[in-house]
Amino acid sequence: MDLNFTREEEEFRLKVRAFLEENIPKSGLGDGREGNQDKAWLERAKAWQRKLYEAGYVALAWPKEFGGQAMDPVRQSIVNDELVRAKAPYLIGSSGLGMLGPTLISWGTEEQKKRYLPKILTAEEIWCQGYSEPGSGSDLASLRTRAETVGDEFVVNGQKVWTSGAQYSDMMFCLVRTDPEAPKHRGISYILINMHTPGITVRPLVQMTGDRGFNEVFFDNVRVPRKNLVGKLNEGWIVANATLFHERNMLGSASGSEQRFNRLLALAKSVNRGGRPLTKDPVFRQRLADLEIKVQAMRLHAMRQLTDQIRGRNPGIEAMINKLVGTELNHDLATAAMEAMGDCSMLARDDERALDKGYWPYEWMFSLGLVIGGGTSHIQKNIIAERGLKMPKSR
Amino acid sequence: MDFGLSDEQLQLKQSARELLAAECSTAAVRKAMASEDGTLPELYREIAKLGWTGLIVPEKFGGAALGMLDMAVLLEEQGYAAMPGPFLFSSAVAAEAIIRGGSDEAREKWLGGIADGSAIGTVALAEDAGSIAVVAKKGGRLSGRGIFVPYANLADFIVVAARSEDGQVAMTLVETKAAGVTIRMLKNLDLTRRLAAVDFDDAAGASLSGGESLYRRLLDVGAVAIAADSLGGMQRALDMAVDYSKVREQFGKPIGSFQALKHAAAEIVADLEPARSLVWYAAYALDAIPSEASRAAAMAKARLCEVYSRATDRAVLMHGGIGFTWEHDIHLWFKRARFNESYLGSPAYHRERVAQLGGY
Repeated sequence: MDLNFTREEEEFRLKVRAFLEENIPKSGLGDGREGNQDKAWLERAKAWQRKLYEAGYVALAWPKEFGGQAMDPVRQSIVNDELVRAKAPYLIGSSGLGMLGPTLISWGTEEQKKRYLPKILTAEEIWCQGYSEPGSGSDLASLRTRAETVGDEFVVNGQKVWTSGAQYSDMMFCLVRTDPEAPKHRGISYILINMHTPGITVRPLVQMTGDRGFNEVFFDNVRVPRKNLVGKLNEGWIVANATLFHERNMLGSASGSEQRFNRLLALAKSVNRGGRPLTKDPVFRQRLADLEIKVQAMRLHAMRQLTDQIRGRNPGIEAMINKLVGTELNHDLATAAMEAMGDCSMLARDDERALDKGYWPYEWMFSLGLVIGGGTSHIQKNIIAERGLKMPKSR
Repeated sequence: MDFGLSDEQLQLKQSARELLAAECSTAAVRKAMASEDGTLPELYREIAKLGWTGLIVPEKFGGAALGMLDMAVLLEEQGYAAMPGPFLFSSAVAAEAIIRGGSDEAREKWLGGIADGSAIGTVALAEDAGSIAVVAKKGGRLSGRGIFVPYANLADFIVVAARSEDGQVAMTLVETKAAGVTIRMLKNLDLTRRLAAVDFDDAAGASLSGGESLYRRLLDVGAVAIAADSLGGMQRALDMAVDYSKVREQFGKPIGSFQALKHAAAEIVADLEPARSLVWYAAYALDAIPSEASRAAAMAKARLCEVYSRATDRAVLMHGGIGFTWEHDIHLWFKRARFNESYLGSPAYHRERVAQLGGY
């Protein structure tokens, strides 16, 4: 047990911190979840990722031959942590960095790796994820978007939904049905689709927050080269499942919860209730302490998992709870803040009397979206029970 | 950066799991429950030989001089087995009192015995200084009635939190055979532990040094010890409920195939895994991060005791009718969780401490 980073790691952290203080875009990027996503915004967002990459702070653990630095997981964790602490803008290429890139490194052909990985790092190509469909949400493997083989091409027909960033993406990693006769998990393939191909229509959906964050994507006889298949034909489910375990930004997300707690605490200190600060209200103090304990538990839980990663242990059941607990905790923090604001929590974020710069009404809604996206809490519990506890499948 | 158990600690955990699976089955626990003293003397002798009882005792007194994280590992496994007996109170808390606050004479007299299992200590601590109900007169003579003390029936001595006539916390060691000490056994809800009410009637005791800071230290150590026991108990309740759900069939299927049960089990896991890190950190902080120790202990006690109770509640429910019977073992953990939640301060009490120590 040793909770300290080495001197070299601490020096690295300070270097990252100094770089971020100097270089974080001062305005106009938001946190990537909001803002008007026009062309100028997109260029600024890409420029920010490129700058970070050129400084050596993107995909540190990737192999050197594909633009990474083959570093141990600690360095990447330190960068993730500092990015959150510095309130750096969300990386526009994060789907490529977090999901597709590691998948290609494990499953891609040499040609695919050479073609796609460098442009993921520099944000020259932005990727979106084509998984959910109108009829296939939690039951993802029932997806029906069809890809038929014609010569050396796939011809794709169907529809994806909740596709974040499709409106500005260049490429999509996509699950399609290539064998409709096979059992549902065995007829799916993982393919890479150029979003500028004729036959693709992107239609924005407005989220409950009022923003345009995700889309419907329609495919009408879209031609995709056969060489864009990742892994084997009809084995896309295995490839997609491997991707699910690539998201290991635990320290960063724990820091995010810590920041939200600190912001909630400051809010509660500033709110007067019954002639005293809300922090002195015995009931609300209980709630604050309870939330702080949970935030601290997740921070330590992240350190434990980073330690396992350094020790080369495969993640077990403890990693299956990250999404469930982390997203619900963030929503609980925001809900507590809404209650703390009293009457003012009735106000939309852009009302001039909204407290705390209108941060919480948006955060409260957006955090619930994250409880749903990427597998709802109910689905997470099924995964914990079936894969973690080996309880029998009912389906 | 290394936040996890060492290879030695993992080994200790594994060997404790195996030993207790063999020597502290629920049949053995029930034997202790039915006995007069509420312990398993042979098992106690065996764990003393293995060095458990002297785990944190300095080497010169025959101990292993290990740390609180090692102790937490053992306590977790004892919680998993619902091991009866005075170990937690004697070898974790009372031992710490003598190590930190005992005179040379007291250390000589008791630490060797605690380590080799021939002596047993226990503690009479109120959950907070304001609730201390024992008065210490000059020279360490104690008076106070009806003080709750775990395993006073087996103990050779009790470390008592008392208040001196000038209002200071006065930590005092009293031998149970001293004149003026009366022990009455209580009917304890948790059948895996014994609880007594002790009267001190001008009983002669010996002062320990450290006053309020020793008192706080013992509360922190006790809180972490109980949290570690809770961690193990929670894991056991989960294991039992999940195992049962795989064999019990209704509607023609194992009940574990129904989402209602899956989600109940998954929620226990979601409470359990982050809580494990709270226990590790709090135990480590007791030895290595003094400035954080009290707050970490309060966090661990608050969280672990809350989630242990919730987990046993759910685990009983997952068993259905059989879980409500005396014959089934799950109630042993259900009741042990209640003891843990109440002993040395409730979750609400410790959350308030977290708020105070956090400056809000």
